[in-house]
Amino acid sequence: MSLLQISEPGASPDPHQRRIAVGIDLGTTHSLVASVRNGVAECLPDAEGRVILPSVVRYLGEGRRSIGFDAQAAQAEDPENTIASVKRFMGRGLADIGNREKLPYRFADHPGMVTLHTREGEKSPVEVSAEILATLRYRAEDTFGDDLYGAVITVPAYFDEAQRQATKDAAMLAGLHVLRLINEPTAAAIAYGLDNGSEGLYAVYDLGGGTFDISILRLSQGVFEVVSTGGDSALGGDDYDRALADWLLQRAKVQPETPTEKAAIKMLARQVKEQLSEQDAVTVPVGVGGRTVEVSVSRNDFELETRELTARTMGAVRRALRDARLTRDEVRGVVLVGGSTRMPQVRHAVAEFFGRDPLINLNPDEVVALGAAIQANQLAGNNPQGELLLLDVIPLSLGVETMGGLVERIVPRNETIPTAKAQDFTTFKDGQTAMAIHVVQGERDMVADCRSLARFELRGIPPMVAGAARIRVTFTVDADGLLKVSAREQGSGVEAHIDVKPSYGLSDEQIAKMLRESFTTAEADMKARALAEARVDAQRMIIATQSALDADGDLLDARERTDIEALMASLRETAKASEDAAVIEAAVQALAKGTEAFAATRMNEGIRKALAGKNLEAI
Amino acid sequence: MNLHYSDFELFGLPQRFAQERPEIDQRWKELQREAHPDRFAAQGHTAQRAALQWSVRINEAYQRLKDPLKRATYLCELLGAPIQAHSNTAMPAEFLMEQMEWREALDEAKGEPALEALAERVTERRKDMLARIQQLLDEQGDAPAAAKQVRALMFIERIAGDIETRFAHLGQ
Repeated sequence: MSLLQISEPGASPDPHQRRIAVGIDLGTTHSLVASVRNGVAECLPDAEGRVILPSVVRYLGEGRRSIGFDAQAAQAEDPENTIASVKRFMGRGLADIGNREKLPYRFADHPGMVTLHTREGEKSPVEVSAEILATLRYRAEDTFGDDLYGAVITVPAYFDEAQRQATKDAAMLAGLHVLRLINEPTAAAIAYGLDNGSEGLYAVYDLGGGTFDISILRLSQGVFEVVSTGGDSALGGDDYDRALADWLLQRAKVQPETPTEKAAIKMLARQVKEQLSEQDAVTVPVGVGGRTVEVSVSRNDFELETRELTARTMGAVRRALRDARLTRDEVRGVVLVGGSTRMPQVRHAVAEFFGRDPLINLNPDEVVALGAAIQANQLAGNNPQGELLLLDVIPLSLGVETMGGLVERIVPRNETIPTAKAQDFTTFKDGQTAMAIHVVQGERDMVADCRSLARFELRGIPPMVAGAARIRVTFTVDADGLLKVSAREQGSGVEAHIDVKPSYGLSDEQIAKMLRESFTTAEADMKARALAEARVDAQRMIIATQSALDADGDLLDARERTDIEALMASLRETAKASEDAAVIEAAVQALAKGTEAFAATRMNEGIRKALAGKNLEAI
Repeated sequence: MNLHYSDFELFGLPQRFAQERPEIDQRWKELQREAHPDRFAAQGHTAQRAALQWSVRINEAYQRLKDPLKRATYLCELLGAPIQAHSNTAMPAEFLMEQMEWREALDEAKGEPALEALAERVTERRKDMLARIQQLLDEQGDAPAAAKQVRALMFIERIAGDIETRFAHLGQ
């Protein structure tokens, strides 16, 4: 529906109809869902009272699966069909996945993104993530006894375009309406900032299970402005586990062979790591190939073995400060996020670098979901007086390939989004009529060292001498950090558009197919539900159109008004008479389409007035 | 007001080079508060599209206004004296001499003290040039002369950037 509902400032559109919106932290090792209830953000527990959902999906066969704790418990017993840490594979090709030989999975390479072979067939990381998201969606719907209006889903700040798009696809597949993707450190800052009423510069150090992010934010009067961000989307607690597992195996002088052994040693290493946050040393049995060796490990051993990993995070912290042109003394507080920041060595390193104790008064596991819930509540329109505004940045530079495999940077990293940038290019040869445009993301000068996002061709350029054509390539990065590219030859007006999406990962058709296949409910149920939903939609659309006509009818001429009123009458009639959801839906669409131009005009008018008002006040 | 208003008009600032950065930051946030797509998240695609356009436009203006070099470039253009950095590279000989000397100093600077000494000279020079540009634009209304200074300032910014990269390498 494209019609706008603009209500009186300060007045909620319908006080009785609160929209249920949630924040979801889709984490590498575990995920959470939170929502604002009675003005307070809280994580929603499952039936057993647990808020954490391990991000593990086990395929049981015959279309059945288990998700969460049960799946996690089965990791060693059924490693190939039990997918953990799937976030590390999102939007990634086979070559991107490090330490593949240590993982118990069978990967298949596909353009753009790997799939994993399970007893249920090939599974895309997007599908596996969708299972986790759908589980959290059902949890929320059960909690509220109602459908969800929408969700804010968090991603690591350092996620690139492919990883963000894959996350959004997973949400779509799980039947979630994505209000916004927001960066995890930003979400954490919201939870902290609003809690403590902070102002000034803050650093958020977020070491999760599989990703590391550092963000520097400026907080003032409810505006969360990300000044710079950095990190490593393939560095997290998992790597500490792996380093420790290697060390244990070395000490025990054994090598795991089977997937079961690989999974078991990984789980053992994680337990040892967690114990070492509390104790100075532990002794554990390392069992491989029927042989068990007792190995004792001290915290010091562990810290020495993983020192390089911690140092890597601090390198990214320095770079983020440099990008922001700030010194460490200007930072007023440091927030720790992610379960991996429970490791004493990480806390020490951060405290030492910033010369102050980090803030840890919120649960590092929950803080991201809580912040996302606060933002979701605001985006759903439940909090019209809300002061909260996020101004985030793009984490990695975007550019295009030019002659010689070099990158011409078009949108520099750390620029506030949404943003649009245009760059002119020209032909290399006389009479050249087509031009290939290759979009890449990354900080390196050579195309080969950056991530390839998309290739598309602009054809039909009128033949000219070399260098005479003017091809303007425009990059638009929206508030989710997702990219659209268009190219236009300035003289002839030849155009090419691309949503960067189809070049990797999943096409819309693939997603539609997965949707059909994976979520089959009893058909009668679905019909009744669809009909009810369509009628509610129709009702909403009629009310919204009527109030738009009442408020801004003067923007229309008599004929435009008659046309809209005719569409409204037709929709009212159809919604009453028809028992077919599709027919009602079509009438809703017809009214939406018929009011599109009116909606756009009202919108522009609304923003224009708001901006002009501000300026008059200032002068 | 529409999307084609100048950056200064959009931000409600006087059209001149001299500006207070906190004021620009403040206005940017005020404008985004009204126009950011997040404000219209519950209102459908058309609203999102319109808000995206405005929000992009506000960010574009902010990037130009907050950076003195970009601001000067933009102002010269508005006043009919485009910079044409690519086609117009003529520089006074003594300026070029100084640039060469600085480049050599940068190549030879081994440690942090040498680099810092150079950085200080560049910063000083930059400050002088900005003051000169302000004088030419705001007091004398001589955009063509200011454009010349802006072209020179571009050289200075480039070497300042290279010095920073060197600092970054030293710090690692």
